[in-house]
Amino acid sequence: MSGSLVFSQFMGGLTTAMFLFLIASGLSLVFGVMRVINFAHGSFYMLGAYLAWQAVQWVQPSGGGFWLAAIFAAVAVGLLGAVVERFLFRYLYGRDELYQLLFTYALVLILGDAAKFLWGVGQLSVSAPPLLSGSVQILGTTQPLYSLFIVVIGPAIAFFGWYALNHTGVGRMVRAAQMDREMLDALGANVGTIYTGMFVFSAFLAGLSGALVTPIESIVPGMDVLIIVQAFIVVVIGGMGSFWGTFWGSVIYGEVLSFGILIFPGFSLFSVFVLMAVILIVRPWGLFGKPL
Amino acid sequence: MTTELRTGEAVAPAGGIVRSPAAAVPLRTPLVRRIPWTLLVFIVMATVPWLGSRYDTFLAAQIVIDALFAVSLNLLLGTTGLVSFGHVAYFGVGAYVCGILMKTYGVPFVIAFPAAGLGAALFALVSGYFCVRLIKLYFAMLTLAFSQIVWAICYKWNSVTGGDQGVPEIPYPHLHWMLSLPGCGDLSIGDRFYLLALVLVAVSLAVVHRIVRSPFGRVLTTVRDNPERAAFLGINVRAYQLASFVVAGGFAGLAGALYGIFSRGVFADYVFWSKSAEVIIMAILGGMEFFWGPPVGAAALVWLNQAITDYTQYWPFVLGTILLILLFVFPGGIVGGLVAGFRLIQRVGRRRLSPRHA
Amino acid sequence: MLEVQELRKSFAGFVAVGGVSLTVETGQIAAVIGPNGAGKSTLFNLITGHLQPDSGAVRLDGRDITGAAPHRIVRMGVGRSFQRTNIFPKLTVFENIQAAFLVHHGRGLNFWARSEALYRTETAALLYSIGLDGQENTIAGTLSYGNQKQLELGLALASDPRVLLLDEPTAGMSATETHETIRLLERIAGERSLTLLFTEHDMEVVFSIAQKIAVLHQGRIIADGTPEAVRNDAEVRRVYLGHREEQRA
Repeated sequence: MSGSLVFSQFMGGLTTAMFLFLIASGLSLVFGVMRVINFAHGSFYMLGAYLAWQAVQWVQPSGGGFWLAAIFAAVAVGLLGAVVERFLFRYLYGRDELYQLLFTYALVLILGDAAKFLWGVGQLSVSAPPLLSGSVQILGTTQPLYSLFIVVIGPAIAFFGWYALNHTGVGRMVRAAQMDREMLDALGANVGTIYTGMFVFSAFLAGLSGALVTPIESIVPGMDVLIIVQAFIVVVIGGMGSFWGTFWGSVIYGEVLSFGILIFPGFSLFSVFVLMAVILIVRPWGLFGKPL
Repeated sequence: MTTELRTGEAVAPAGGIVRSPAAAVPLRTPLVRRIPWTLLVFIVMATVPWLGSRYDTFLAAQIVIDALFAVSLNLLLGTTGLVSFGHVAYFGVGAYVCGILMKTYGVPFVIAFPAAGLGAALFALVSGYFCVRLIKLYFAMLTLAFSQIVWAICYKWNSVTGGDQGVPEIPYPHLHWMLSLPGCGDLSIGDRFYLLALVLVAVSLAVVHRIVRSPFGRVLTTVRDNPERAAFLGINVRAYQLASFVVAGGFAGLAGALYGIFSRGVFADYVFWSKSAEVIIMAILGGMEFFWGPPVGAAALVWLNQAITDYTQYWPFVLGTILLILLFVFPGGIVGGLVAGFRLIQRVGRRRLSPRHA
Repeated sequence: MLEVQELRKSFAGFVAVGGVSLTVETGQIAAVIGPNGAGKSTLFNLITGHLQPDSGAVRLDGRDITGAAPHRIVRMGVGRSFQRTNIFPKLTVFENIQAAFLVHHGRGLNFWARSEALYRTETAALLYSIGLDGQENTIAGTLSYGNQKQLELGLALASDPRVLLLDEPTAGMSATETHETIRLLERIAGERSLTLLFTEHDMEVVFSIAQKIAVLHQGRIIADGTPEAVRNDAEVRRVYLGHREEQRA
């Protein structure tokens, strides 16, 4: 195995990882605060991708306006999250978690078909913004600029999230909500608003990552179901509800997948699911989470 | 305290005090209860190959197999209170074991079928051993992980499972003897397999029903209602959860074995996690608090799917909408709704009859 | 005889139970009292295996049961009721008690018998003795609070314990309910010659039935003896009874 091959696999794994981190961080936040596994998170991601494509068509059929489109998609998906939380999901708080799981699954079914209805079943794609469409040579490998951009934006968002959770008033309330809802009530904080805020922010992140994925992956029906399982794995590895855990979980997942393919072609899928099961068995709260 | 305490008195005379549950139902209503519904449904289902079209038999076979699958899941969901998001793994193991034994090794159905159940139960024992150590959402996630491991194996292990090609063209069991039965001379092999599946499912459901009503089943309901208290009755909660998991896995395996033959092949798609969600929807749609809820849900779902796909390709959209309505309006499912409606009619009727309320 | 020896438990540095020793003789009715947060519930949870002690021992008739799983401790003859009512809410009253009998008689792994026919007379007799006859088919979760407490006592009794631990048996009850519950407890303890250990905040209840009282304060026993001795103990008056008077004032 040559050094440049290792480096190129490493970079590939890192790109995957940072994408997954963008997606999974929202999933993990919602789990940490609301104790809900949101299957629809993958659907929000998919809608982000389709909406970004749609916005690009509107703004400039020639293929510009990428950043505008990405922000539009993220905001629109965030709004959708607000509607879902305010008008539906909130009525299931306090019910059995089975009902909450099934609610989010119902959204997967509905949003998946809605996307097929609106955008058809063909593959769609968006070209990378001109600024990032080239590539550079690093250690004898060719790295697309866009991948490098993703590798930078992932940790940036992680740092931003960590800072917001630890150094702002809202962040403190969110952390209090993670630990004890009743305590938060006693503090006089409005739990309902925090829940809505978390859900919307998580949907926003999903929409943003969906938009950002469009230059390197084609937009197809079914991308929602594929991504959500991967995001679950990442969150489980790092620890459900733990922000940095999700970050490192993404890195581990990305690299295991990337090098797994190299060493045992075909069996990498198997290895990540085994990794997920082993972690749930040995440390259900994940590598970086805390026991409940 | 509404009941006065009999502090001084001795222990009550044995018997005589407890009314049987049946006696609690008002005398006027039992007509509905006296009809042997299960026998009636079985007979109606058995006439489908003669009275219905080939397509009807196809749907009926699907309903029957799904009913067993959903009932096996409900042993976990409704009886034990375990939310498994990977139940399809055991269905899949059963389908592959039976399919591979019959196709690759030419093993007869009489052996391959029970082997499928045993294989699935064995896998449930191994995976369940780890799953029941976790609670709630973590349990759900680990069952999901195991089912995806099974999926990955089925999808990639070409030499045994056929990989993405699956195991096609599984032979039908030898059912030639049925043709010599009176009135059965014209039955196609599909019809005959349907009748076999119907009988096997009926027997399986009878066994599960018996298990649910057994002392073991009663203990499972205490584990569902309040595991902490159950432990303090002297119940080893995890052991019972595991036992339930194994039984449920075994019956799911039997359903999978039938399904593989019915659909003429076993494919990795059968084991994808979203199938686990579908079977949960069946159980909830019918009503997971009732033994006959999941079969009703299976029938409703298969029929709806068939009726709707004639009009639109957007079946998942319809399914999602049904699920939303269920969650928000009818959490008790179809059977739960019927029972509630029936009780309402009963109450209104009684009020009319009773002069005090007139 | 129930013996607790130098039992210790702390949570993240906070000492909940700090070296408690206590003996309850066979057939004795004993109470553990103390202000909120004194460690009463933790002590109970340590005895019944819901929590693992950091050190110390629990012995039942000389047999070491320290740290055994709850379901094993029940089988050794320790019954318990909980501070928050703890029943099987979706089952009927009859099914609640019957399940306890099934388990106690080791029938839980019977997959084939028809459970509804089993232990009907035993269940009926027990329901009668705890005053819940006539409610057999009521869904337990819909019972009144007092009735649920009675049912919980029934669950504990069905496993035929030698030692019964009751965590606040009259919490949340009206004066009449409390009075009836005490009479019920006294009668049942007498009939079955139970060893009874209970916690209670109602001093009237404690002094009316306890033969022995231990006072817990900040995780330690500060007094232990007959009701008379405890009532006159200066330390107890200072930290506990005095505390109550302050509250009243």
